Amino acid sequence: METYSGKSIFQGIAIGRILFYEKQQAEVKRHTIEDVKAEMERYEKAKETAIAQLRKLYEKACKEVGEVNAAVFEVHEMMLEDEDYNDSIRNMIEQQQVNAEYAVAMTGDNFSNMFAEMEDEYFSARAADIKDISDRVVSVLCGNGGDINDLEEPIILVAEDLAPSETVQMDKEKLLAFVTEQGSTNSHTAILARTMNIPALIGVKIQKEWNGKMAVVDGFTGILYVEPTPAVLDEMQGKQKRLLEERELLLELKGKEDITKDGRKIKLYANIGNVSDVAGVLKNDAAGIGLFRSEFLYLEKDHFPTEEEQFFAYKTVAERMAGKKVIIRTLDIGADKQVDYFHLEKEENPAMGYRAIRICLSQTDIFKTQLRALLRAAKYGNIAIMYPMIISVAEVKKIKEIVAEVKAELEQEGVPYGEVEQGIMIETPAAAVMSDELAKEVDFFSIGTNDLTQYTLAIDRQNAKLDSFYDAHHPAILRLIQTVIDNGHAHNCWVGICGELGADTTLTETFIKMGIDELSVSPGFVLPIRKIIRQTESGK
Amino acid sequence: MKTFQYKVTDEVGIHARPAGLLVKEAKGFDSKVTISCNGKSADATKLMAIMSLGVKCGNEVTVTVEGDNEEEVAAQMEKFFQENL
Repeated sequence: METYSGKSIFQGIAIGRILFYEKQQAEVKRHTIEDVKAEMERYEKAKETAIAQLRKLYEKACKEVGEVNAAVFEVHEMMLEDEDYNDSIRNMIEQQQVNAEYAVAMTGDNFSNMFAEMEDEYFSARAADIKDISDRVVSVLCGNGGDINDLEEPIILVAEDLAPSETVQMDKEKLLAFVTEQGSTNSHTAILARTMNIPALIGVKIQKEWNGKMAVVDGFTGILYVEPTPAVLDEMQGKQKRLLEERELLLELKGKEDITKDGRKIKLYANIGNVSDVAGVLKNDAAGIGLFRSEFLYLEKDHFPTEEEQFFAYKTVAERMAGKKVIIRTLDIGADKQVDYFHLEKEENPAMGYRAIRICLSQTDIFKTQLRALLRAAKYGNIAIMYPMIISVAEVKKIKEIVAEVKAELEQEGVPYGEVEQGIMIETPAAAVMSDELAKEVDFFSIGTNDLTQYTLAIDRQNAKLDSFYDAHHPAILRLIQTVIDNGHAHNCWVGICGELGADTTLTETFIKMGIDELSVSPGFVLPIRKIIRQTESGK
Repeated sequence: MKTFQYKVTDEVGIHARPAGLLVKEAKGFDSKVTISCNGKSADATKLMAIMSLGVKCGNEVTVTVEGDNEEEVAAQMEKFFQENL
């Protein structure tokens, strides 16, 4: 058994096998090898693994989409076994003494070029198949454990770092825990772990050799056990069981009101990032959705999501929530959430750059498409729209003009739409300071504490080195929150918190006493927060 | 040596799936089977080589069988083409 320690993001225990995930290298490097025979064996072994993967994919596809559509995997398998293809790879390893990765990549390029040059469209398209099988073998050779979008059994995911675009398509049911080397407590991997209620460790010196090994992640102590001894395994299973029992106890709070001892009602909502997260919201009995991050629609596609695609997603969530509030935040792309097809220029300082509402107000066609979808979906439930990264009253006025235009267009086309509450995120110090003016323009404020803290404290939340300087409870933040609450209430504008701070159980009582109206937290935090709300005297 | 001609009627030509089936079939024989079309030839046990012939619908292919039981193999190959292509 080996133990490694890191910083824990979410408390919990995970027991399972490790899957080591590595980003595909853009370019395969050529180097000379000494032992031709060993390299040849490496290739044969990698090929066998790739074929085994293809067989599994074939079987899975047969069940899900039928034999005819699954045939592509069978063809890929046969291509991998093609004599000419294999001869070319073996010859390169033997005669040029190059590494197997290089031999496969070069052979793949040669064969795929041969097909690409063919006149017939069908045959030239096969170039992609050859590229695909070659990439698969190279990926195995590089030590990749497997495809994170196609997991067979639940795993502990170990990676250098994970980008939002990589995690968005993962089969979340199969994830037991994250262990990463990079990332900070406020990075997206961290937020994802909290949303999913799974333990996660960051700052762990990771090793490729762990792939496939049994491991335990202890999110209470921040320790990763690789190949745990039976004694440790036993102890951890016990700990896991007690944890489940505690969670069971919280379930008794389901169906109970979010009301303080002295009778003040708090709106306890949940944050989601995907249509499928609604299940977790309902399971944990949240009274609504306080933050639906619409970015997922943009992150998981390779083109701008159409109005229909968006409408369907928003309508589905609104309908599943059956009349409960669903606050949808308009797209918050930029900064650390990048999407290729937006063609955003590389920025020196993206957190303060071209992002979120700034994109929407500059490229209004993107914004209008989303607004149309939102307004149309509002017919099917209780939707509210929330705008991110606001810094001025002028921006809000501009947004309202655009919303009015969109409504007029829908009206003219005879397309039905619903009325919505509109609010803004308070996540810049400017918005917090101007909240008295802003409150006159909108129905609600939702304080995004992650960005508000990073901008107020001037601390980059992606930089793990700064974690020791980052004080989530900094008095400057709490003062700004109080200002926002007071200014909101003075103008009949309700105020909530949807950032990570909202789920900080050590602050729940403080927020209630400050007069907060709403808390929106990851689904797993709903019941623990409900427990505190019900024990608190609001004093108001 | 035994040869026969066959005019491909499959809409896409000798595409990946039938080419794969053809390879499987050809690998089961002792005789050497060669497919020729548009002035190029390919060993029927080599998938990529067959596909690189780029045989389209309406093309005529020549199938050559050489080996001990070439009569029998040629008959089976002819049947295969009729059924799959």
